[in-house]
Amino acid sequence: MSRVLKAALASCCFLVAASAAIAQEKLKIGATATLAGALTSGGEDGVRGLQIALKQAGNKIAGREVELIIAPTDASPDSALRAARKLVEQDRVQIIVGPLSGSEGIALRDYSKTVPNVTIINGSSGALEATYVNPSPNFFRFNSDGAMWMAGLGEYVLKDKGYKKIAVIAEDYSFPYTQVMGFALGYCRAGGQIVQRQWVPLGTKDFGSVIANLPDDVDAVFLGLGGGDAVNFLNQYSQTGGKAKFIGGSIMVDQTVLSSRGAAKRLLVGTPSSGGVADAWDSPKWKEWVKLYQESFPADKRFASPSLFATNYYNAFNAMKTALEQVGGDLSDGGGKFRAALAKVELDAPNGKIRLDDNRQAIATTFITEVAELPNGELTNKFVRTVPDVTQTLGLSPEAFKAVGLPSRTNPECKPTS
Amino acid sequence: MSSFVARRPLASLLILIAGALFLWLVFAVWTPGMEAAFGRKRVFLSALFNGITLGALYFLVASGFTLIFGLMRNVNLAHGSLYLLGGYLGFSVGSATGSWVAALLASFVVVALAGILMQVLLFRWMEGQDLRQTLVTIGLSIVLADLLLWGYGGDTFQVETPAWLSGPVQLPFAVALRSNGEAVMMTYPALRLAIFLGAVVVGVLMWLALNRTRVGMLVRAGVDDRDMLSATGVRVQLVFVMVFAFGAGLAGLAGVVGGTFQSLQPGEDTKILLSSLVVVIVGGMGSIPGAAVGALIVGLAEQFGSVYMPTYAVMLTFLIMVAVLAVRPQGLAAVRR
Repeated sequence: MSRVLKAALASCCFLVAASAAIAQEKLKIGATATLAGALTSGGEDGVRGLQIALKQAGNKIAGREVELIIAPTDASPDSALRAARKLVEQDRVQIIVGPLSGSEGIALRDYSKTVPNVTIINGSSGALEATYVNPSPNFFRFNSDGAMWMAGLGEYVLKDKGYKKIAVIAEDYSFPYTQVMGFALGYCRAGGQIVQRQWVPLGTKDFGSVIANLPDDVDAVFLGLGGGDAVNFLNQYSQTGGKAKFIGGSIMVDQTVLSSRGAAKRLLVGTPSSGGVADAWDSPKWKEWVKLYQESFPADKRFASPSLFATNYYNAFNAMKTALEQVGGDLSDGGGKFRAALAKVELDAPNGKIRLDDNRQAIATTFITEVAELPNGELTNKFVRTVPDVTQTLGLSPEAFKAVGLPSRTNPECKPTS
Repeated sequence: MSSFVARRPLASLLILIAGALFLWLVFAVWTPGMEAAFGRKRVFLSALFNGITLGALYFLVASGFTLIFGLMRNVNLAHGSLYLLGGYLGFSVGSATGSWVAALLASFVVVALAGILMQVLLFRWMEGQDLRQTLVTIGLSIVLADLLLWGYGGDTFQVETPAWLSGPVQLPFAVALRSNGEAVMMTYPALRLAIFLGAVVVGVLMWLALNRTRVGMLVRAGVDDRDMLSATGVRVQLVFVMVFAFGAGLAGLAGVVGGTFQSLQPGEDTKILLSSLVVVIVGGMGSIPGAAVGALIVGLAEQFGSVYMPTYAVMLTFLIMVAVLAVRPQGLAAVRR
């Protein structure tokens, strides 16, 4: 009897231990970020955003220990695909946070359709197509796309700044196309004119000829560059002694560029821009996030304040955490319950409230900003105004937005309204 | 020269006309009709100048590459890594000392030392085994690239331009006329001009050293017939080490130069290796004048391509390479034996 009891007790203990072991099994979460190439500094800050969110969660979600596996990319779609495949096939993750860059997002949207049990929560990529064309049921984006980040900027530079004719220099891939589209829709409708668009390959080293090709008689130049390319351009522009005024794309005047070494970034002082964050916004939630960011890393291992990338990755992680906690960390059904919860998440993020539309695309706030120099010599994005609740169709009716077509090198046209 | 004119009167005339036309394009003020056809003159001139200065950078890298190949028949595929190593070193030294010249010197010396180590520790043991050497250099370039990624991260670095070289200078070329008839002169970054002049000086010095000194004589003799040279009692290994050191040092120097007017990041090594391969294939393997000609052609092709046909610019250099391989496979300036 006692032997039977002992055996029962032992097997009981064994069962408990086993179930405890299941509960203890680590929750593997994959992430991709650009850790090589022109957008490296942005990728590094995105990872910082993830690390802060993870630390804030105490390394645990719904009682399960979290293991974060980061796969590096170089902003090319095939590198993102390789990274995602590695995470899914080798590391067996069921959730990926990422990618960072526009065309990577389109690649992972397509990839997500082939792995229906994996949930991809976009890191910071901002191509329109990722959630607008053939949206995938397991691809979620808690940040605005490049066009939404430009909402209101066109009207602002035309009316408040008086830039009536501009030229465009931007990188030749989906995110800058989307940014220029968002800008042009507002700017051209308000009566502005884009006289020239120059598209340069991502990772361009030599801007000499591009700079020489700029027309003389424009009021400003719209710069849709990012990371290393932006720094390169500014350096070479200052070498030629040019004096044009600029309008910045969202990642042109981001902390990834404003915190770079060298003096050329001073050319940006006074540059109007818009995007998903404003460094000097005085909302308490934003200030709290900036403080958290600054306290989490020593000053030489971070930017002066969190970049767009850190903020987006931080938000993506928190959205995931919220949904995972609602389903008790249960992904055993292939993540179906988790995705249903995720689609309903409303984030009270540092950069304003974020909710998703039917395509699992964020409806969020856009900030119009202007670069200013702080007394200590650091550059910051002065807050000008917010454009709340920007939708993917930028306030147009779905039909009218569809009529504009997809962003490309030449679309949308910018005909002066006579 | 005169014999060429006598032999090929028609070709000479055509070259003369082309040269005159080119000079006129550079110095004349363009008419509105021309501007409509070719774009603005400033764009043309700046593509021309940028092409030449880019060619200067390529020359610095490729001359070491071609020298090493010419003498040792060693296709050093780690040459790009030496460039990147030099660039990063220059960045570190430059930001530590604040001196650009110190960065140049330090990179040259350290990368030259690295070259000596490569020659003494690796290539001496596999002399004459082309395939094995090539594979070893590929392996070396992968190891170096990873070490540099480990040390410097994937970020973009830029060597700081010295104050005396930053900013623009005015060149005596009119690009347009103001409405009052006053000519608008072209401005151009001083740094790029300095790089061009530096490359010309290096090129001339190399030519002089190769053709007018005893060491140069040894090197040339080694290129022609290595075995015979060593049979005459010359310590060929020492010549090899010196040439390898110099070639590697030039790559390091070029790294600092490239890091100043462009920037440094992982992947630069293969990019510059590819460029120098194209340069020496176009110019002729093992020939210094060939490297100069090839570098100029590739630099100009890249810049004019990026202005006048941006979508196909990448292809243009390779089209040139294919054309040269088809018509003159030994390279444009190669010596025929």
